[in-house]
Amino acid sequence: MSFVIIPREKATPLLNFMILISSLCAGLLAVGIVFLLKGVNPFFAIHEIFRASFGSFFGFKETLTKAVPLILIGSGLALAYKAKFWNIGAESQLLVGAIFGTWIGLNWGPSLPGFIILPLMFAGGFIGGGLWGLLPAIFKIKFGINEVISTLMLNYIAAEFVKFLVVGPWKGKTKYGYPYTDDLPAQAVLQHMGNSRVSLVLIILAVCVALFLAFLVFRTRFGYEIRVIGENPEAARYAGINFFRTTLIMMFIGGGVAGLAGVGELSSIHLHLSYPETISAGYGFTAIIVAWLGRLHPGFTIFSGLFFAGIIVGGDAIQMSMGMPATTVNVFNGLILIFLIMGDFFINHKVRYQRRVS
Amino acid sequence: MERIEILEMKDITKSFIGVKANQDVNLVIEKGDILGLLGENGAGKTTLMNVLYGLYHPDKGHIIVNGKPLYLRSPKDSMKAGIGMIHQHFMLVQKHTVLENIALGFDEAPFFFPQRYMRKQIEEYSQKFGLNVDPNKKIWELSAGEQQRVEILKTLIRNADLLIMDEPTSVLTPQEAEELFDILRKMINNGHSVILISHKLEEITSICNRVMVMRKGKVTGTALIKDVSKVDLARMMIGRELSGSLEKKEVKPGKPMLEVSNLSVNSDQGLPIVQNLGFNVLWGEIFGIAGVSGNGQREMVEAITGLRKSVTGSVSLEGKDITNLTARDIHNRGISHVPEERIKFGTVANLPFFENSVLKKHHKTPFSNRMLMNYPNIRDHAKNLVAKYNVDAASISVPVKNLSGGNIQKLILGREISSEPNLLIAAHPTYGLDVGAAEFIRKELINCRDRGGSVLLVSEDLEELFQVCDRIAVMFEGRIMGIVDPNNCNIDGIGLMMAGLEQQNQGENI
Repeated sequence: MSFVIIPREKATPLLNFMILISSLCAGLLAVGIVFLLKGVNPFFAIHEIFRASFGSFFGFKETLTKAVPLILIGSGLALAYKAKFWNIGAESQLLVGAIFGTWIGLNWGPSLPGFIILPLMFAGGFIGGGLWGLLPAIFKIKFGINEVISTLMLNYIAAEFVKFLVVGPWKGKTKYGYPYTDDLPAQAVLQHMGNSRVSLVLIILAVCVALFLAFLVFRTRFGYEIRVIGENPEAARYAGINFFRTTLIMMFIGGGVAGLAGVGELSSIHLHLSYPETISAGYGFTAIIVAWLGRLHPGFTIFSGLFFAGIIVGGDAIQMSMGMPATTVNVFNGLILIFLIMGDFFINHKVRYQRRVS
Repeated sequence: MERIEILEMKDITKSFIGVKANQDVNLVIEKGDILGLLGENGAGKTTLMNVLYGLYHPDKGHIIVNGKPLYLRSPKDSMKAGIGMIHQHFMLVQKHTVLENIALGFDEAPFFFPQRYMRKQIEEYSQKFGLNVDPNKKIWELSAGEQQRVEILKTLIRNADLLIMDEPTSVLTPQEAEELFDILRKMINNGHSVILISHKLEEITSICNRVMVMRKGKVTGTALIKDVSKVDLARMMIGRELSGSLEKKEVKPGKPMLEVSNLSVNSDQGLPIVQNLGFNVLWGEIFGIAGVSGNGQREMVEAITGLRKSVTGSVSLEGKDITNLTARDIHNRGISHVPEERIKFGTVANLPFFENSVLKKHHKTPFSNRMLMNYPNIRDHAKNLVAKYNVDAASISVPVKNLSGGNIQKLILGREISSEPNLLIAAHPTYGLDVGAAEFIRKELINCRDRGGSVLLVSEDLEELFQVCDRIAVMFEGRIMGIVDPNNCNIDGIGLMMAGLEQQNQGENI
């Protein structure tokens, strides 16, 4: 008696959805076991996580705030992953975007009105993140350097550079020696809705970017070429697709939207550049799971981004209310990603139980 | 351990989903033999050898060594029985040294100082058979010939008596091939035996003492080399009744459409594989390229279609130079290409049928403008292809990986022909297809010609070439051995040219 694995010919949308849900449930089950080992009732803990993030008005506002960068970065990553370009460097693309945004905001901000300076900062952040994203693409195509390694390493370089800026040349005169730049002028700050940290502009921006990228992937010539490159590079060569140019544009856009997230964090929440861990709470990495849970469809990252933002907020909550360690959320995220990737196996394969015949 | 005095394979039958790769094959090899196994690609040589090496289990038949039956469950068993195989593509770890590669999976070395033991073994065997390699060099530093020697050493140190070599000279320079033959001679003097898979007559007659010819999974002859002529062998290899050509319109061939002159192209390994090749394809003709695959056909086609840079020479279309332009430029100038590996190059398996139906012309109107894809037009186009070329697809939205080989080929051919190319280059378009699909595709090739276009057809299937072509060139080791008129030529001559003999009016002949 044995199990045999056969390739699955066709996966219906329903099957896809069922596998997605089962993977999530299996992931939650595994998370539950971790809670159990800590001596915490898993049902209570998971309930607590979702109650804190989606169950209360206050929590939901926080969830929205955190969903913005996740959606922006996640949709850009989905674009890159469609081309099978494994960009692990969104974290640094975010930081470089924030650097560009800070420079523009501090230098030009005082003399320009808000409706000019804010778009300028976002444009600058897009270009900054985009240029940083170009580097690994050039390295890969011109020198054959694996993009996983180069994007990962560029994260450290960008983070150290931010540290250098905030303790060195850009250290704020008004900050009493703290490693911050000066605060952005008032016109370079995004307004919040009521008594919250939610910026309506940013939410609209994130949703628009995700929808635009979905349109780009599935409706434009560029998107078609990206998908051909990702699915079959040999066929792309045969079809005369310009590898270099297409990959560069793709990474410029993918890095650019991460840069937008950086400026968003800066101009809505932090208002000054500070240590990299403060600017981004690992959004560049969490967004990898967001892209994956969104099945690499930039549009779906709106939902998966919201879901993971909820987990982050809920994780913070149980950390405080139940005394769980801060890394709980990482465990949570990691386990969910592992089960999602395992779910992919069942989309492509069927497992049959078979009696062995001699 | 007992050495292999005589090995027999009896009534070996092996089929893969519907295709009989081997049918009642018998083979005998004795100590000291070099047996040449001759046949075209797809004749079943490699399948037979994989059975002997324990990679495949035969459906029927058995193997007898020295009168006793031998059961092989895996290559481990066959190695234990003294059978070693050297594949066409070497199985070596590039970044490890020669010594490490030879030691890999070798469990007779002592626990202490295994390196010293292995080094001694390597030296001993190197001297005995003239296999000179430096055990400390890394594999990537070695030439193909040296790598092959490492493979031979590997099998000899594992006490192989019978060595199977799959197309051993295909990666070697002529001098290296000579050196290999010296090594093989030393081996048989030591009581080893060798099975040499090859399609080169010259090679078989110069080194083997016996030969066995296969065609379409069956043995068509076995003989001692001294008893047969090359013409006999060529006939055994090719020998079939050729059916008449398919119906074609009278088209008077016109001016040259494609002119190739002095073309030289390198292989992926950087070795020259197409050398000073020249031919013309005229308006309104189907020009065939015959030959066993691996003789530079693929590289030649890639060089013409812009997928590979040529080293020297020129290619021109309707008198305009198109040498080394990009694939997209060449396509835009009216050359369509049906690539030889339809799944690897011609389609994107995970994308739906309709997206595949515009691959390579997705950048043209009416399928897209500069920015946006026009999916309604693309879907219409896909529906037309399905109707016109009888593609059997559940819908135009299914991923191409769900289609059968024949239907994928119809999709590719339809896609390439529907843009009404001046020149259609088709490489092995009917390979692996059933009779009906193959005939349909041949007729489409003829339609393309009757419409006034030209076709360059690269194929291994002589029957196909004779059915559709107006002229046939035979390619061997990157050169044109001769050009013949299919209505007026003898088949033995083609067989000899395919095996590298008898050069008739090389190059241009119009």
